[in-house]
Amino acid sequence: MSYGRPRVLPVGHFQDVVRDESSLRRFLHALPGVDQVGLEQRAAGLATRSIKKASKMWAIDTAISMIDLTTLEGSDTPGKVRTLAAKARRPDPGYPDVPAVAAVCVYPDMVETAVTQLSGTGIGVASVATAFPSGRSIREVKLADTRFAVEQGASEVDMVIDRGAFLSGRYWQVFEEIQAVKQACGDAHLKVILETGELAGYDAVRRASWLALLAGGDFIKTSTGKVSPAATLPVTQLMLQAVRDWHAATGEHRGVKPAGGIRTTKDAIKYLVTVHEVAGPDWLTPKLFRFGASSLLNDLLMQRRTQLEGHYSGQDYVTVD
Amino acid sequence: MTFEYAPAPESRDIAALKPSYRMFLDGEFVEGTGEPLKTLNPATEEVLTEVSTASIADVDKAVKAAHRAYDRVWSRMPGSERAKYLFRIARMIQERSRELAVLETLDNGKPIKESRDVDVPLAAAHFFHHAGWADKLAYAGYGPDPRPLGVAAQVIPWNFPLLMAAWKIAPALACGNTVVLKPAETTPLTALVLAEICQQADLPPGVVNILPGAGEIGAELVAHPEVHKVAFTGSTEVGKQIQETVAGTAKKLTLELGGKAANIVFDDAALDQAVEGIVNGIFFNQGHVCCAGSRLLVQESIAEELLERLQARIGTLRVGDPMDKNTDVGAINSAAQLARIRELTEIGDAEGAVRWTSSCPLPDKGYFFAPTVFSEVQQAMRIAQEEIFGPVLSVLTFRTPEEAIKKANNTPYGLSAGVWSEKGSRILWATQQLRAGVVWANTFNRFDPVSPFGGYQESGFGREGGRAGLEAYLNV
Amino acid sequence: MSDERLAVAKTYKLYIGGKFPRSESGRSYPVVDHRGAFLANASQASRKDAREAVAAARKAFPGWSAATAYNRGQVLYRVAEMLEGRRDQFIHEVMDAEGVAQRRAQLLVDTAIDRWVWYAGWTDKLATVLGGANPVAGPYFNFSVPEPTGVVAVLAPQVSSLLGLVSVIAPVIAGGNTCVVVAGQNRPLPSVTLSEVLATSDLPGGVLNVLTGRTAELAPWLAAHAEVNALDLCGAPESLRRDLEVTAAGTVKRVLRAPVAEPEWTITPDIRRLRALLELKTVWHPVGT
Repeated sequence: MSYGRPRVLPVGHFQDVVRDESSLRRFLHALPGVDQVGLEQRAAGLATRSIKKASKMWAIDTAISMIDLTTLEGSDTPGKVRTLAAKARRPDPGYPDVPAVAAVCVYPDMVETAVTQLSGTGIGVASVATAFPSGRSIREVKLADTRFAVEQGASEVDMVIDRGAFLSGRYWQVFEEIQAVKQACGDAHLKVILETGELAGYDAVRRASWLALLAGGDFIKTSTGKVSPAATLPVTQLMLQAVRDWHAATGEHRGVKPAGGIRTTKDAIKYLVTVHEVAGPDWLTPKLFRFGASSLLNDLLMQRRTQLEGHYSGQDYVTVD
Repeated sequence: MTFEYAPAPESRDIAALKPSYRMFLDGEFVEGTGEPLKTLNPATEEVLTEVSTASIADVDKAVKAAHRAYDRVWSRMPGSERAKYLFRIARMIQERSRELAVLETLDNGKPIKESRDVDVPLAAAHFFHHAGWADKLAYAGYGPDPRPLGVAAQVIPWNFPLLMAAWKIAPALACGNTVVLKPAETTPLTALVLAEICQQADLPPGVVNILPGAGEIGAELVAHPEVHKVAFTGSTEVGKQIQETVAGTAKKLTLELGGKAANIVFDDAALDQAVEGIVNGIFFNQGHVCCAGSRLLVQESIAEELLERLQARIGTLRVGDPMDKNTDVGAINSAAQLARIRELTEIGDAEGAVRWTSSCPLPDKGYFFAPTVFSEVQQAMRIAQEEIFGPVLSVLTFRTPEEAIKKANNTPYGLSAGVWSEKGSRILWATQQLRAGVVWANTFNRFDPVSPFGGYQESGFGREGGRAGLEAYLNV
Repeated sequence: MSDERLAVAKTYKLYIGGKFPRSESGRSYPVVDHRGAFLANASQASRKDAREAVAAARKAFPGWSAATAYNRGQVLYRVAEMLEGRRDQFIHEVMDAEGVAQRRAQLLVDTAIDRWVWYAGWTDKLATVLGGANPVAGPYFNFSVPEPTGVVAVLAPQVSSLLGLVSVIAPVIAGGNTCVVVAGQNRPLPSVTLSEVLATSDLPGGVLNVLTGRTAELAPWLAAHAEVNALDLCGAPESLRRDLEVTAAGTVKRVLRAPVAEPEWTITPDIRRLRALLELKTVWHPVGT
């Protein structure tokens, strides 16, 4: 079985960081602290940016193009996935110029259906894996889960970290597991879900972000969507700081994906402003920023129509899924 | 691909700007007999409106009116009734908050998001807080029946025109004094709308009088023999003159003067939030803040990294039209202030400090100054000693905590200071060592009506806000 | 030959930095009792002595202001203990200086001793009484604490040579300030004896410095000195008060104005004097996880 290219370990001084368990621990514990109040204030400040007219249209289209259109339910069927794929290709049948979304995101057993529907569209197929959403299984099962998704044609894998291991301080175990999954991904892009709602505070989110970046995650992702709170602006800001600092240290661009709880255009724009001002304009691309969402798409479409038609649109004018 | 925020300007119409404004004396808006002044919008250099000013004779009239109101009405009124007037004023400020915010921004040049989110809500909060004191003074720790002083002469600066008026008027009235207030020459408008609110609130005539005018009217006011209390916020230079004027009289004096606050960043600080705090500390209100964190003291081991992050962050600040909701840094309040900032920064260049200026575009018209950081500043340089009162940060480094404190305290001022560290004991140690009236630890430029504000040494004496602030307006 | 032995007369000196120097100027001036009879020569301090005293007070400030309130309270109480031991001596000196009857002198000395005790008890209550937590509208812990103003120059009362003096200097040092006091010009001897008490009561040198001499000569230097943070005009000559206040404005000193007439010092004071020489410091810190 192919594990794909082994990723070259992080450059420069990070080689020392990941030399062994204690060096990794020392590094993570030496990261600058995060002041909750200051972080949340900055998030609130960014949320007051007012976006209008042409910028708003641009922001809406950009947000659409960044969506990982998601269905992760026990009740998912091939039919549901086919509908989703159709929506992904052409989000608003009334306006063919609406960009396609970035990817659809499904469970591994739905990957095949999604791949069939989306082949040749350029839209990615992302699969959750590694005993999603809890991550509570043995390593072999998680790797098998990953391999299966990739074999089925997933171009992106959204893994979950072992929060239990992380919270009990077994960073090395989490690190190795991410690396192993990364290997199992082969050419597929790896998004590492931190499940920030289960981590104890912002300091832990910062550590988990760096851990995932050190282990080779292409994206760091906030949440499974199954735990509340899911994505928040402060947490996303913090993760954007991590990829910004990673870039400053290594020259590499890594991505961020907030997922869960982002439902309105207004919310999405706040996230884009945050991306723009915290990480920088380079990150305003689906290659480096995604929204894990489902209902968000329809709100974006309605707002888009409102912008174009000059009056408020209604739910019946966009397709339910 | 770029993300340009389209301008989102607040509408000027909301300010309900009138062609002319008159002074408020004894419950009426009357024509002052001083030379009328034209007040400018510093962001466009256009005349906003004409304001009639007080003459020396008007000062006397106003003080006498305040005296009558004190003797006949206000000092005799039960505290519970005074309280209700103040609550009413607080509510009316909230009701007219958008108008006040827009007017403040037009007259002062500060960004609308600050006047909207800071100045106006805090002004209302000050009235609300002090309203509650009016009938509870016996519990304030100044004896069972603390008495008011009489007529309070109050002179305020242009950096927070409405907020400073609220800081002055609310405690004075709550304690049972009456007021003659002189707003700053360049920013008289919101104080006059506050006068309108007093009128609408049915405040008895003469309890609050607002006299626009230049410095000499302020000097006349504080020197008036029938004034019992003088409160001044402004420069140390003028503060000293006022202290001289008041010398030898029985007038109670409080002064809130200049500052050159140190903002100390230790190497274990939450760096990203420290960067935010530094930015807020010096660029809030264009740096027109007496407690601005204008001297950044960084531990040498992180100085380079912090400076890089700081410059990147400052680069995202949007400088320009104060009426635009997306503007972070607005206009310098006056041509004179702009000239002073330029002069001091040129001195910084000449002294050998390294200047870095944000590359943000500046409007063609109006008084603007791009956010500026001087690094390699030494304690002996003038830009490390003098208050610049603009968006200019001086960066110094230190090696040990003791050195940081030594440098921080090495100034005749002592208004505020900042300290950033994730280590609790170090924070508490530093806040103890710093000789300043307000110390912000892991935050900066926070204000609240319950939180006493005021300086050590040449930053003045007396406190404003909270229980401690009442002392200034009581005969205790 | 008289059978009375000749008493050993005391040389009255200044008290600066815990030492008893003569005036650097070499000057002294005669002190007489209320009837005009010669009592002793007192040192006539010069501006340089005033400067030395301010320097000593400044040097003592970091230590004294950082001493625990409990420690300061014990030191002040120790002053009372020492004073009590020399009660009779002070009664005689006060009688000589002020011309009061013995019973009045006893009251004045006893009250002076009790005043030290009163202020000794205040040191560890000031922060609680004058400071506290402030409930700001936001995720911050905010508290205010009183801190000493710094070096305080005091012009002691001209009438009440001991009780008046104690009533103005005890609150200064109780709050953690250090002090330079100019004793009442014509009644300085009890202040010098008090210095001897202070020197033996665990009070660190320089916390309290006592100058004798001409108030009008020394006061302007103290009012102008940039190391002096506050000025108590209690015993300032009326003709000088305004000028001194104007001078003090040059460095924004806190000024305690002189009372219209000297108060009845035997009345238990309130905390105004303590409060006037304390700065309130307010600290903000975010509250978060």
